[in-house]
Amino acid sequence: MTSPDEPDDPTLHDTAPPANRALLALAGVLLAIPVIALLWVDSYARVDPKLGPWPFFFWYQFLWVFLTAGLTYTSYRIVLAARPHRPMRHDAADGSGTNDGRAAR
Amino acid sequence: MNDINGVALTVLIVLFALVTVMGFYASRWRRPHSMESLDEWGLGGRKFGTWVTWFLLGGDLYTAYTFVAVPAAMFATGAVAGFFAVPYTIVLYPIIFVFMARLWSVSHRHGYVTPADFVRGRYSSRGLTLAVAITGFLATMPYIALQLVGIQAVLEVAGLGGGSNWVAKDAPLFIAFALLAAYTYSSGLRAPAVIAFVKDTLIYLVIIVAIIYLPTKVGGWEAIFGAAEDKMASPNPATGAPTGSFIPTGIDAHWAYATLALGSALALFMYPHSITATLSSQSRNTIRRNASILPAYSFILGLLALLGWVAIAAGTQPVGLDGEPNAQLVIPQLFEDMFPSWFAGVAWAAIAIGALVPAAIMSIAAANTFTRNVYKEFLRPQATPKQEAKVSKLASLVVKLFALVFVLTLDRQNAINFQLLGGIWILQTLPVIVFSLYTKWFHRWGLLAGWAVGMVYGTISAYNVVNPVTGAHFGGSLDPIPVIGHLGYIALTAFVINVAVATVVTLAMRAGKVSNGADETIAGDYFADAGDPKVLKSLPGIDEPTGGVSGNR
Repeated sequence: MTSPDEPDDPTLHDTAPPANRALLALAGVLLAIPVIALLWVDSYARVDPKLGPWPFFFWYQFLWVFLTAGLTYTSYRIVLAARPHRPMRHDAADGSGTNDGRAAR
Repeated sequence: MNDINGVALTVLIVLFALVTVMGFYASRWRRPHSMESLDEWGLGGRKFGTWVTWFLLGGDLYTAYTFVAVPAAMFATGAVAGFFAVPYTIVLYPIIFVFMARLWSVSHRHGYVTPADFVRGRYSSRGLTLAVAITGFLATMPYIALQLVGIQAVLEVAGLGGGSNWVAKDAPLFIAFALLAAYTYSSGLRAPAVIAFVKDTLIYLVIIVAIIYLPTKVGGWEAIFGAAEDKMASPNPATGAPTGSFIPTGIDAHWAYATLALGSALALFMYPHSITATLSSQSRNTIRRNASILPAYSFILGLLALLGWVAIAAGTQPVGLDGEPNAQLVIPQLFEDMFPSWFAGVAWAAIAIGALVPAAIMSIAAANTFTRNVYKEFLRPQATPKQEAKVSKLASLVVKLFALVFVLTLDRQNAINFQLLGGIWILQTLPVIVFSLYTKWFHRWGLLAGWAVGMVYGTISAYNVVNPVTGAHFGGSLDPIPVIGHLGYIALTAFVINVAVATVVTLAMRAGKVSNGADETIAGDYFADAGDPKVLKSLPGIDEPTGGVSGNR
């Protein structure tokens, strides 16, 4: 519950790191797809087409487990590229010094 | 009726003893310097990487809810009541992907252990902090109650308890409670983290065996879906309406299904225990990587839900030791009927441990919230770390006692409703926590007013839902949505009202130029990662900023 640095500490960034807005928006769209698809119940609350004995309602939702995992992982890679980590101190060069080479994550 | 199944019961007890030993040994895992600080006891020292976090979150999120309540709901009333859990746990991950990294960063920069800590730092508002803390504490209780019902179901099918007077009748419940209390108290979060490995291994083993073996024993999936369709279409003797839904039909059922899924998904990561698990991770992006591997659990959840229908095809008769039918017993009973005794014991252990782990995590998180945001804030500001850890341990017992009260006073037959009731409450903290991660546009008084209206509306609406068969209040979590008119999850309706009130009051406060409180966070805090100043080393008890076996993947 402590405030470790004064809010006006001049060596710390008081802004969001620069980002590629278009890529962030793309990630947002990829993340929205499964939410919209699964909340639109009318689009899949049916028995046919069956997959073997499985009514559409069930296999379709199982399919979305994998699609969502893929979309989320893609978004993860996109977000990493869209907004690379920027060390909080102005004087720390990117990817060196304070970060032990972990800055890229 | 149930006789005691000696082999299965022995296996259950042996596995239980094993995890108990592990739980106590866990306090030595990765050698904390001392367990006597809240950070060590409550957050496991914040050194968990992707895989440990994955197991921890899985152990945390997939609970007796998954193994007992959801299949029981499927067994009793079908897809709307039970299978919504699948879209719920799928849409969950895209949602948390968006905001959890920000919460991780700001929490690690400022040493926040609970969501209420963050709210305090962001608004300097004691009222709002208290509201978030109390809601977290309150909403966790029915969720823990659900876990107790799960453990109780196993013990009851195993033949423990039974008898005419109420003490003997509820003996399995008290045994479950005692087990849980004993091991959480000693090892804190390290115990569930270590046991989660055993738990998940057991769960996967049991699920894979169950899902491959059981359908062939009852005539395949064709027969399973056929039996379920027949049961759901047949009229309920009490009401004359169909028993349940095979596939949601009609616009009311669709609204119910979608709002239950969305409301539950939004609510889950507002619980103190979900946030604790997330904050235990090692870097800002651990949770995002996890968001793409956690859906594996959703697949399992769906298969488990369908075990409720496998039980219909198998003709399972879940009857309690008191001779009354009890849908919550359906999965343990199915396992006993269909598996060899020794494997039934393994399966029971999987269910019981699968309820213990999350219940332990939940009570620790609720206790942390109480200690930091109520005890230290209002009762004893000068408390030492040792006193904090002690109060947390006691609070974790208190929260479990209240959970016991929930089990004893509400309808156990419909345990999934416990979780939905908790969801109604906890979702009302979402605007305060998540909106505030992005903006300070909302005013602290607006957020507090919205929270209060949402809590009152949600509680009253839930109370007014009467079970048509038993006449009990809190009989369900669906209610007609005002204006729209279709059935919806009360949590989501209350949430919309909450946001509307917060917006209106915010506009009024901003017009009146009322102070919105000092903000100790800066924009850069929300993007900080391991290695940045103060991140990971801001709390006592931690010397090494990085560490642990899963340091880089």
